[in-house]
Amino acid sequence: MAAAVAGLVLPLLGLGGFQLQVAIDALVIALLAVGLNIVVGWAGLLDLGYVAFFGFGAYGYALLSSGQIGKQGIHLPSILSLPIVMIGAAVLGLMVGWPSRRLIGDYLAIVTLFFGEAFVEFTNNVAPKTLGGPNGVISIDAIRSFGYQFVSNESYYYLLVVVLVATMAVLRLLDTSRTGRAWRAVREDSLAAAAMTIPVNRVKLMAFAFGAMVAALAGTIFAAQQISVFPTDFDTPILILVYAGLILGGAGSIAGACTGALVVMVIYDGLLRSPAESGYLFYGLVLLTLVAKLRPWRRLAIVLAATAALGFAAHAVVGAISQRAVAGGPQSGGWVAAALRDWVIVPANPAVPGNWGFVLLVCLLIALVQLKGNWRTVLLVPTVYLAACVWEARLVVEYAVTAQLMIGAILIVMMIARPQGLLGARRVEAPT
Amino acid sequence: MTDQQPEVPQYDAAQQDAAQQDPQPVLSLDALSLAFGGLRALSELDLRVEDGEIVSLIGPNGAGKTTVFNVITGVYQPPSGDVRFYGRSIAGQPPHRIAQLGIARTFQSLRLFLNMSVIENVMAATYGSTRAMPLESILRLPRARREEQQVRALAEEVLSFFGQRLAGYRWDQPAYSLSYANRRRLEIARALATRPRLLLLDEPAAGMNPAETHEITDLIGRLRDELGVAICVIEHDMHVVAGCSDRVVALDHGVKIAEGGFDQVASDPAVVEAYMGRDPEALAGS
Repeated sequence: MAAAVAGLVLPLLGLGGFQLQVAIDALVIALLAVGLNIVVGWAGLLDLGYVAFFGFGAYGYALLSSGQIGKQGIHLPSILSLPIVMIGAAVLGLMVGWPSRRLIGDYLAIVTLFFGEAFVEFTNNVAPKTLGGPNGVISIDAIRSFGYQFVSNESYYYLLVVVLVATMAVLRLLDTSRTGRAWRAVREDSLAAAAMTIPVNRVKLMAFAFGAMVAALAGTIFAAQQISVFPTDFDTPILILVYAGLILGGAGSIAGACTGALVVMVIYDGLLRSPAESGYLFYGLVLLTLVAKLRPWRRLAIVLAATAALGFAAHAVVGAISQRAVAGGPQSGGWVAAALRDWVIVPANPAVPGNWGFVLLVCLLIALVQLKGNWRTVLLVPTVYLAACVWEARLVVEYAVTAQLMIGAILIVMMIARPQGLLGARRVEAPT
Repeated sequence: MTDQQPEVPQYDAAQQDAAQQDPQPVLSLDALSLAFGGLRALSELDLRVEDGEIVSLIGPNGAGKTTVFNVITGVYQPPSGDVRFYGRSIAGQPPHRIAQLGIARTFQSLRLFLNMSVIENVMAATYGSTRAMPLESILRLPRARREEQQVRALAEEVLSFFGQRLAGYRWDQPAYSLSYANRRRLEIARALATRPRLLLLDEPAAGMNPAETHEITDLIGRLRDELGVAICVIEHDMHVVAGCSDRVVALDHGVKIAEGGFDQVASDPAVVEAYMGRDPEALAGS
């Protein structure tokens, strides 16, 4: 409920075009994560081909709502095309699930991963007149029904908020029904589930079909909002983002899947694109980690003070030796960067030293993990300082790389601090 | 399929009467054989469980007792021999079908749905006796609502069999928070929720203290008396076997070596040999 209210109010606070697009992408990924939660979080099936259903939904909607097929093209009203695409996706889910219903664990993961890649190859190479090959399908109709057309990004934003909240409500009702209990029972112990009258294979197929329907729904809205679809839209990076969101939020929890996906996308797509805002995120995370892990407070204060002192001293010394070595200055913006002007060392030409600094930073981090006690605290000071220097010199500029590193780092921290995810429930593994 | 009822049936006298009119034994295994590679797990095994009877299956480790349960419940397909339930062959049916027909089991190494709540564990076992489709559940249509009420009532009924042990305040806790003995009790409650006519208990007293063992022995008798369910128990604790069995069957190396009342089987030379070995003096010396 809180999420729904926040979602409705957000654009009124004046989101710009860029922020609105980030929000829309985040909502699409959140919808995908909520659907993936059925398959992975509840039924416990590691499905790595999930994005293919997203692609199927997008391409299905694109073909039914554009000039792509035939002379005139097909321009179905959305009230027809949406159910057709969703049912088609459910059937496709059953078709993928049927041969793989007996596969578990690693085998299911790798087989479905092949399916996901096959979809990308299929759209790239098969029937180029219809599917458009690498050029995709363009000029897709807006979602329209009952005389209303969703054209502006604001309207798609609201549509997505409504669809996401409605989907979450439906899944909540399903989770507390016999079907939801059967899914979770199969995840917990499929042999015991079968002995307790649950038809395990049929229940798994149902999970595949429901997950595929939600993914296809996300796909239709995605296609209509983008006005075009390309094979690369449905490749592995999307899969990684959806999984990152689901795991970060807590697999098995609907609210967790949604929250995790939104957090991942806002970090990945939003904050890291703008140097000033990514700086807040980086220094905030470093500070947060130090505050969370360093006890007692005295030790935290010493580390922070030592890091600050080391920075100013190093900057002064290096600056005295060679003015060029500190001429770069922080490459991020905002008040953080202004505050760091005389603290971080950024050479005039930061690319090469920054890369070496990154390698050194990785070595320091490995050493940090190996050390114990006071030596770790001592090494922490140069590590944090070097991290800041590398950040200002290289990472801020290369946001595409940084985004991957950041999401990975966040997931590592999450696994250590809270393995069940932000909103997930603690789980135990059955002793075997 | 004749015993299939459209709604969740409640335990009542009618079920017992119907069972009594049936002249067939509840369960009969006819010349059942099973091999794992070269190892003969079961050979030419015959076993009968009559209506309202409590039969204990004993034997040393590796005698094939749990294998018998796995064959009955469809986990293993018997290559030769037949398994009949009220006269109908059930060999080759998938496990969930056999469970729906009325054979429920517990597991020697507990297999609860650990990350589900206590009551959900029990409610999940009613999947086969409920019919609401997902759409009905989502829209909370009348059939889904009615079934959900019945399922919850049934779950509370079977949980209340254990008195204070699995009392109300624990129902919404995850199953992993239960003690070992309570996990065993919950497995029995879960099996009861499938409305079995035959209950297979695999070492129900394992890991329990003497007081709890006594309690379980009483419970097995009560299940038969109050629910009219036939029971087959695998148990190593001879207090339980002596306390509840109408008949005892001893297995060794997949072969039935003795059958009869507890005293008769316990003093059978073949049984003593299977447990103690052929030469008691050599055993005493070690």
